[in-house]
Amino acid sequence: MAKYVVVIGLEIHAQLLTNTKIFCSCEVDFGGEQNTRCCPVCTGFPGTLPVLNQTVVRYAIRAGVALNCEFNRYSKIDRKNYFYPDLPKAYQISQFDLPLCIEGKVKIDTGEEEKFIRVNRIHIEEDAGKLVHDDIDNISLADYNRCGVPLIEIVSEPDMSSSEEAKAYIEKVTGLLQYAGVSLCKMEEGSLRADVNVSLKLPEATKLGTKVEIKNLNSLKSIVRSIEYEIERQTKMLNTGEEIIQETRRFNDNRGVTVSMRSKEDAHDYRYFKDPDIIPVQITDEDIDAIRKELPMLIDERFDLYVKEYGLGISEAKILVANKEISDLYNGAISSYANYKAVANFIVGDLLRYVNEGELDSKNIPFTALEFADLIKMSEEEVVNKNNAKAIFKIMLEGKKSPLQIAKEEGFLMNDSVDEVEEVVTSVVSEFTAEVEGYLAGKEKLFGFLMGQCSKKLAGRANPKTIKEILEQKLAALK
Amino acid sequence: MELCDKSIIELRQMLDDKQISSVELTKYYLDRINQIDPKIESYITVCEESALASAAKADSRIAKGEAATLTGIPISIKDNMCTEGIRTTCGSKILGDFVPPYNATAVNKLLAEDVVILGKVSMDEFAMGGSTQTSYYKKTKNPYDLTRVPGGSSGGSAASVAAKLAVAALGSDTGGSVRQPASFCGITGMKPTYGTVSRYGLVAFASSFDQIGPLAHSAKDCASLLDTISGHDPFDGTSANKKMNFTSKLGQNIKGLKLALPKEFFEEGIDSEVRIAVLKAVEEYKKMGAEIVEVSMPSLKYAIAAYYLIASAEASSNLARYDGIKFGYCSPSAKTYQERIQRSRSEGFGDEVKRRILLGTYALSSGYYDAYYKKALYVQQKIKAEYKNIFDTCDAIITPTAPTTAYKIGEIEGDSVKMYLADICTVTVNIAGLPAVSTTCGYNAIGMPIGMSVVGKAFDDATVLQIADAFEVNFKSINPRL
Repeated sequence: MAKYVVVIGLEIHAQLLTNTKIFCSCEVDFGGEQNTRCCPVCTGFPGTLPVLNQTVVRYAIRAGVALNCEFNRYSKIDRKNYFYPDLPKAYQISQFDLPLCIEGKVKIDTGEEEKFIRVNRIHIEEDAGKLVHDDIDNISLADYNRCGVPLIEIVSEPDMSSSEEAKAYIEKVTGLLQYAGVSLCKMEEGSLRADVNVSLKLPEATKLGTKVEIKNLNSLKSIVRSIEYEIERQTKMLNTGEEIIQETRRFNDNRGVTVSMRSKEDAHDYRYFKDPDIIPVQITDEDIDAIRKELPMLIDERFDLYVKEYGLGISEAKILVANKEISDLYNGAISSYANYKAVANFIVGDLLRYVNEGELDSKNIPFTALEFADLIKMSEEEVVNKNNAKAIFKIMLEGKKSPLQIAKEEGFLMNDSVDEVEEVVTSVVSEFTAEVEGYLAGKEKLFGFLMGQCSKKLAGRANPKTIKEILEQKLAALK
Repeated sequence: MELCDKSIIELRQMLDDKQISSVELTKYYLDRINQIDPKIESYITVCEESALASAAKADSRIAKGEAATLTGIPISIKDNMCTEGIRTTCGSKILGDFVPPYNATAVNKLLAEDVVILGKVSMDEFAMGGSTQTSYYKKTKNPYDLTRVPGGSSGGSAASVAAKLAVAALGSDTGGSVRQPASFCGITGMKPTYGTVSRYGLVAFASSFDQIGPLAHSAKDCASLLDTISGHDPFDGTSANKKMNFTSKLGQNIKGLKLALPKEFFEEGIDSEVRIAVLKAVEEYKKMGAEIVEVSMPSLKYAIAAYYLIASAEASSNLARYDGIKFGYCSPSAKTYQERIQRSRSEGFGDEVKRRILLGTYALSSGYYDAYYKKALYVQQKIKAEYKNIFDTCDAIITPTAPTTAYKIGEIEGDSVKMYLADICTVTVNIAGLPAVSTTCGYNAIGMPIGMSVVGKAFDDATVLQIADAFEVNFKSINPRL
């Protein structure tokens, strides 16, 4: 059986985080009563005109900077014409031959090796509405709330060769878009969708095989599954000598299979042409520089910094940069307490557990990086003990109290006043006479028991070293 | 002189002096419409109630001494400009019952001055045509001869002004649709520089050519209207951000201005009576001290083809939204989505509109795009360059507005190619986005008006009006006999 090389390309549609739509002032928000977030402009009423939201252009350029793109200095807006009931103007305003961003690249890491995936282009476009099918009355209803929601379409080159690489690419791109602050990339809310192109070829073949497009995938899982299914399907076809036809397929999530939607012969002729209502966008080097300055340090740069400068482990650094808010918290904390390792350890070991369990929303961290740094400093400098530091952190998640305030209120502060320790040790020695006698008689193990009793009474407020010294003194005095 | 013969300036004086109220003036025009319009058929919708309400508002504004130039003046509006609460048909069955929930920006600007909108006037369906005979509603007649067309597509606007059923009118001009009917109806009509008047609320035909423009009895009145309706509009991305004053040069001496005559506009195909009348007017300009220069525009022969390709391509896309789902005509027999679109469009659009949708769709289709649409864009660049060349040395261009005077109803409308070729004198102005005004420069042997066009540099609209006005002040116009 022949072994084929898999060739995958991806088109990612990401919703931009603007307050208003791309061509009108309707609010952009998830959900909402049907047909309440639309106006004569986004529903294409006669005589209305689109006016390009400049924030959309800025965000698209930001995305381009994040994905290492070049830019078309003259970029025009086009119409893509087709009839569909969710498209009220019967054309989608998009970009055809002069998109805003071109020729980018994204570094991915599948655990085995690093690889660059080239980005062909990023263009801006408007989203369409939604159809709601009512099977009982056998009718379809249109909801135009989503019409005119701004999207960027990111088209990759066919540089991926497995579902793992496709997954890594999507994760990296969504991470970069989140870092750039241009999209939430929430697949479950539809703010990120993808189309996948899959083809197979023999290793020695110079030409690409016939590609099949799988449209409208809206979860990472279905992207991976559909690619894997398609590789299997096409491999079988090629092995049995069947010809693969160029077509568009849809992934059936329940059955885990792709099914044909339309073949190349039925493909639309979109009759693209420049939208005469919208003046082309002119971009200067100054514009791009200004936008570059708006961006924070991105994933790869942060990773390098963490590993090379801060001495973190590769897996730790990867975890930290995977989420911008977490990485920002880390950066904020180490700027006040430069114990790189300790801060990283606390995040990876403790904080992320709460995030993963849904008890902490990384987008709404209820304490400042400074407070977080204080907590770790207190723990490292043994102002509180390690267990109490964790307890303090849990309380920090609830409200607005600072770690010091919590430590005080909960009595977690280590108390090195010898007086209190002496008092406690004296009381323990007088309380556990049998154990003290046993120890004095040579049962050295009982020292640990007595230590434990003292610690318990001091409730973690005292440094064990101090307790040990005083207990030893007391017991020695009894010999 | 009758009341309906007064200019906007004269009416302004009368209103401000309380010789007449706007309500009286409005009633006077409504009466005229009732009596005369059944013959002319210019109005699709007469807005008696809202017109009188606007007039009353105008009167109280005048009483406070706060009148603007057009406050209380009754005008008509072409039925492709959206008017809130008033149905806007675009001359098409497909928009038959469409009542917009918004005003076109130009309409808003008029209402802000308390201008009285008498009603919505007829037009070729979707502004596609030069005769107003493709209107689904009113096939308007020429006031000079009721057996002849008023021109188009703003034929309702032109006829309503010529028959004095409105003091002035707004029309729209995509390939000559203001200037040609103004010429056929013996009045003045102007297409300003592209981007001068907001297109928001103007039902789109060909977006890169469409411009709203005034029709009135003089260049002066047109200038007043343009001062009111122009200006940057944040709701139109192609609206120019330029401060313009249309009246600034009126009355100034034209001595020393260089006027260009492109020879291709005076050659074969132009009716000799038209040519002679325009050349006679040019002699008048010479007498006033203008310098006349003969120039050439070699690409004129490609202009009609380029215009119809670009305009139809844009129209095929602009008109795709009429699917019978959200507004307008919906075929009662349709059961499925597919049927609904197909039947609503088949039954809702007239033949000329369908012809252009087909032409435009074809021109944009893959495999044909390069041969047609792309080539047309190339011609557009050529024409722009040729205009620029002329304007490097000249101040304005004089041409006939149309190759002929108004023709008989039914005479050529069946022949699309003939209809398209009749736009030869006007389309290049839209292709290049320039300002042009048409004014009456004479009458032919049977008394039909002849139009002359003055074309200017982009945003030099004031000069164009100055030149037209300079001719008008010495020209004796003849009223239609109704």
